[in-house]
Amino acid sequence: MSEKDFNSREIVIHVDRLTKRFGAFIAVDCISFDVEKGEIFGFLGANGAGKTTAMRMLCGLSKPTSGKASVAGFDIAKETEKIKKNIGYMSQKFSLYEDLKVWENIRLFGGIYGMKKNEITSKTEQLLHTLGLADERNMLVKSLPLGWKQKLAFSVSIFHEPKIVFLDEPTGGVDPATRRQFWELIYEASERGITIFVTTHYMDEAEYCNRVSIMVDGKIKALDTPSNLKHQFDVANMDEVFSGLARTAKRSNE
Amino acid sequence: MKSVIVEDIAKKYGNVEALRTVSLEVEEGEIFGIIGPDGAGKTTLFRILATLILADKGKASVAGLDVVYKYREIRRCIGYMPGRFSIYQDMTVQENLVFFATLFNTTIEENYHLVKDIYIQIEPFRKRRAGALSGGMKQKLALCCALIHKPKVLFLDEPTTGVDPVSRKELWVMLQRLKQQNITILVSTPYMDEATLCDRIALIKDGMFMKIDSPAGIIASYSEILWAVKGNNMPQLLKNLREHKSIRSSFAFGDVHHITVDEGFSVEELTEYLAGKGNTDIRIYPIKSNIEDCYMQLAKS
Repeated sequence: MSEKDFNSREIVIHVDRLTKRFGAFIAVDCISFDVEKGEIFGFLGANGAGKTTAMRMLCGLSKPTSGKASVAGFDIAKETEKIKKNIGYMSQKFSLYEDLKVWENIRLFGGIYGMKKNEITSKTEQLLHTLGLADERNMLVKSLPLGWKQKLAFSVSIFHEPKIVFLDEPTGGVDPATRRQFWELIYEASERGITIFVTTHYMDEAEYCNRVSIMVDGKIKALDTPSNLKHQFDVANMDEVFSGLARTAKRSNE
Repeated sequence: MKSVIVEDIAKKYGNVEALRTVSLEVEEGEIFGIIGPDGAGKTTLFRILATLILADKGKASVAGLDVVYKYREIRRCIGYMPGRFSIYQDMTVQENLVFFATLFNTTIEENYHLVKDIYIQIEPFRKRRAGALSGGMKQKLALCCALIHKPKVLFLDEPTTGVDPVSRKELWVMLQRLKQQNITILVSTPYMDEATLCDRIALIKDGMFMKIDSPAGIIASYSEILWAVKGNNMPQLLKNLREHKSIRSSFAFGDVHHITVDEGFSVEELTEYLAGKGNTDIRIYPIKSNIEDCYMQLAKS
C-alpha cells in the first residue's frame, strides 16, 4: 500500500501503556501506539490475543486498569460520552436494526448522534444514491443481501462524519466482489480524513492498511507498514508475517 | 459407494429461494467443500443432509440412506457441527464430551483414538466451562463432540468462520488426518483460500452451484487473461485501471491488483498510460488465477 503523506501529523488516537486486567489475567498488557488522521490502521491478532478488550477500551466501553489513551482528543477513562459522539462503530455481528427500513435505520442513527433533521434528510438522499439503494429505501434491512447490509452499515457508521470509525471484522462472510467494494468505501472515507481502525481475519485485507499492528498475548509484537513488516520478517506476504508471530503465543486461551 | 448424494434438491423459505435445484455427489473418504458467502444456501443444504429440515423437492442420501425415510439411521452415523451452537456453554469441556458420547451409546475410551490429536490440545482446560473457552478452543471441542461416536460422514458448517488464520490452518490439518481414517467430510466456508485444501469443491451463489470440480480443475477452466499490476499508490492505480478501455475488470488482491484484459492488450501501452496518470514503480506481469478470481468470474456471468 502507498505511504500516505502525513505531513499534517495530527494524532487522533494516542495510546500510552494501556493495560487491562481481569483478576490475575492480563488481557491487554501495556500497549502503546499512535494513529494519525485519515490513516487506515489494521489491528490484527489471533483469537484471544486481546484485540476486542483493547477496542472496547478505545471506544469508551471499558475502563483501563492502568495506562492512558485519548481518542479524538478525549480521555478514554474520563470522557467516554464525548468519545462515543466522535466515533463510529461497526461490527460483523450487529450494526443495523433488522426490523427497521433502510431509511429508518439511517434516520435513527443520525438522530442518536445528534444530527439536525434537515441535515439527515438531505444526506440520506445522497447516501442512498451513492450506494445505489434508492429503490430499496423502504425495504426492511433484514431483507437485504448481506453484502448490501454491510455496505449500508458502514455508511451509517460514518453518517455523522466521526473523526474515527472502528470496524470489527466488517467483511466476515461477505462475497469476494462485495468485500472489495467495501474496501473501496473505506478508502473514500479515509481520503475524506476519517481515520479507520479495523480488525480482520483476511490477510489480503491487511495489505490494504497504511499500517498494521499485530497483537500476541496482550502485547503489540509488530507495528509498521505492510511492506516494512514483510521486509522485517523476510517473508512474501502478510499471512506469513501473521502466522510467524501468532505461533509465538504462549497463552492459548482467553 | 457414494457417501452423499444430492439430487435436484430445492428449498424455499417464504419467497426466498434458499436452494434452487442443486445436485452433487461426494465420494467416500473425500473432503468436499461448499464454498460461498453468507446467505448463499450452505447452511440450508447442511440442515437437509443432517435430516433437520425437509427439502421442498428432490432426493438426497447420506451413507446410502435416504434423508426422509431413513433419518433415524442417518442421525446415528453422522457427525454434525453447525456454524453457531453445538456445545453446551454451561458444561465443562469434559462434561460436553461425555454427554455427546453417552447420547450415542458410546464412551470416550472407545473412540479416543479418533479425537486424541484434537482433545490433547484442550485437555488442560477439561474442567473449564465451554463458554469460557476462546473461539479456536470452542471449535476444537465442538469437533471432538461431533467425532466421538465415530461417524461415517462429518458435516462441518463453517467451522472456521471468525477464527484467526493460524487456528484455521490447524483445523485443516486435523481434517486431513480424519480423512486418513476414511471419514467423509462435507465442509462449508466463506474463505476462498481454504478451497485448495479440499479434494473437490462446489462454488455456491444465491442457492445455485456455479461449478463443481477439483480446485485445480476450476482454476484450469478459468477463461480470462489475468495480469497483476502494482504501483506506488494502489487506490489511485485502481481508479486509473478502471478507466482504461481494454481492461475488463480490476480488483484489489492484497498487495497487487488483478486485471482481466481484452485480447490485444499491450503491457507497454498500459505502462505508458499509468505513468501518464502519475503512477510510479509500475509493475505489470501475468499471473495464474486463484479460486477467488474464478469465483468472481463465475459470479458475474
